[in-house]
Amino acid sequence: MTNENQSLVQKSVPLYPAKTKMQVTIIFFVVLGIYAFSMFWTQKEMVNGFGGALGNMYVVIEKFFPPNLSILPAIWNAMMQTIQMAIIATTVAAILTVPLAVLSAQNITTFKPLYVLTRTFLNLLRTIPDLVLAVIFVGLFGVGVFPGILALTIFSLGILAKLISETIESVDMNPLEAMRASGGNVFQVIWYALVPQVLPQFTSLVLYVFEINIRASVVLGLVGAGGIGLVLNQQLKFYNYPNAMTVILVIFAVVLIIEYISNKIREALI
Amino acid sequence: MIEFKDVGLVYPNGTEGLKNINVKINEGEFVVIVGLSGAGKSTFIRSINRLVTPTSGSLLVDGEDILNYHSGNLRKLRTKVGMIFQNYNLVKRSNVFKNVLAGRLGHTGTLRSILNLYSKEDKSLAYESLNRVNIAEKLYNRADELSGGQQQRVSIARVLTQKPKYILADEPVASLDPPTSHQVMTYLKKINKEDKITTIVNLHFIDMAMEYADRIIGMRAGEVVFDGPASEVTEKTFEEIYGRSIREDDLRGGADES
Repeated sequence: MTNENQSLVQKSVPLYPAKTKMQVTIIFFVVLGIYAFSMFWTQKEMVNGFGGALGNMYVVIEKFFPPNLSILPAIWNAMMQTIQMAIIATTVAAILTVPLAVLSAQNITTFKPLYVLTRTFLNLLRTIPDLVLAVIFVGLFGVGVFPGILALTIFSLGILAKLISETIESVDMNPLEAMRASGGNVFQVIWYALVPQVLPQFTSLVLYVFEINIRASVVLGLVGAGGIGLVLNQQLKFYNYPNAMTVILVIFAVVLIIEYISNKIREALI
Repeated sequence: MIEFKDVGLVYPNGTEGLKNINVKINEGEFVVIVGLSGAGKSTFIRSINRLVTPTSGSLLVDGEDILNYHSGNLRKLRTKVGMIFQNYNLVKRSNVFKNVLAGRLGHTGTLRSILNLYSKEDKSLAYESLNRVNIAEKLYNRADELSGGQQQRVSIARVLTQKPKYILADEPVASLDPPTSHQVMTYLKKINKEDKITTIVNLHFIDMAMEYADRIIGMRAGEVVFDGPASEVTEKTFEEIYGRSIREDDLRGGADES
């Protein structure tokens, strides 16, 4: 017995089998190789490297500063419009998400074709970038807030439904079984056993998507989908950098404030 | 009355859960099913409220074969058959009262239950049920604030609120300590006697089975290998059911502590 133990110590049994070690080592070097290769190529494409960027930085700062704060009242409306777009889009998406998320959760939708169909639909939805959506809707409905709201709604629906259906798939199924056993129908089971379990995450995710929407709506403004992004785009086009800087600062402040508030709400919920 | 007639169940992966079961359970009986884990106790109990569906034979509840029941009938059946689980299966984030009222789901319309429009009778019934298991003071506590024994009592209250004719209990004490286990079994026995509710309990502790059961059914590998009154059961019987000698972990103990 003691002899065996000693021989084990001397042989020093490895923590992982040799084959696993070999595989992990190979994967590590392959990944390293990809990094090295892509670094090599991007370096080649960059004209001046990082040296030029530092010089440009000075020029940019000189152009943008000091910001022209006198336009604050004038851009206030556009900023509110952006927030409104984000609120409407998030709300509509949050409502539409509920049936889609339930239908694309494997543990609730046991009828497989339906589950696969909704999953595929949501996957397709997510493949379209928000900017492309905005360009399409601006083309359809003209410049303004409405195409922006539509684009944001579809964009956030894709994210929300996916994240929430994954939350649903990770719930404790035992209470659902209990509700079923006490004679509850599908809706009662969902309302009594599923909703209480996913409600905190649902709210948290909706707030998170709201934050994303505020930022995204700025970008969408660049292609004509209303809000503060539209103003920013105009000022940049007129080379009015002090004005543009004010817009950027306002966006920065608003995003920070909203993040702070929604973080507080989230902490209280979980 | 519950009657198993040549009931068999083969799971989709080919495992035989139940083999040729013929059992008749009479009104008001307190039946304990014993057997090792994997013997088919859970499958047996879950067949009665169709949480699993046997693949052959017929299963009569109050004279009707429940094996061909569909959604509507099934709901009615489950309203009549209450169930208690090993892990209590409460909604942890909801309060005790809401958990107990969920026992009325089968009796309540979808819209009414979603809007929390329970009748006065339902609410007082729920409160009364909590009182019967001595936990009414936790009414507005969240379920996850309670201890295991308290949660199991809440789940008994939920079943009582359902006003069932039968109670199925699937390993109700497996996650509890000995004194709490006896407390829970005592409540189940009391309810069985006072309300004349036929009760079927899965246990793997032989001392508890002998203490509380009127009748013991022994199962092994999906088959009923013993069926008789608890008074006829000896340690020898259990050795036959388990197919091995009795060990200390087959006993819950602690009967005198509670």
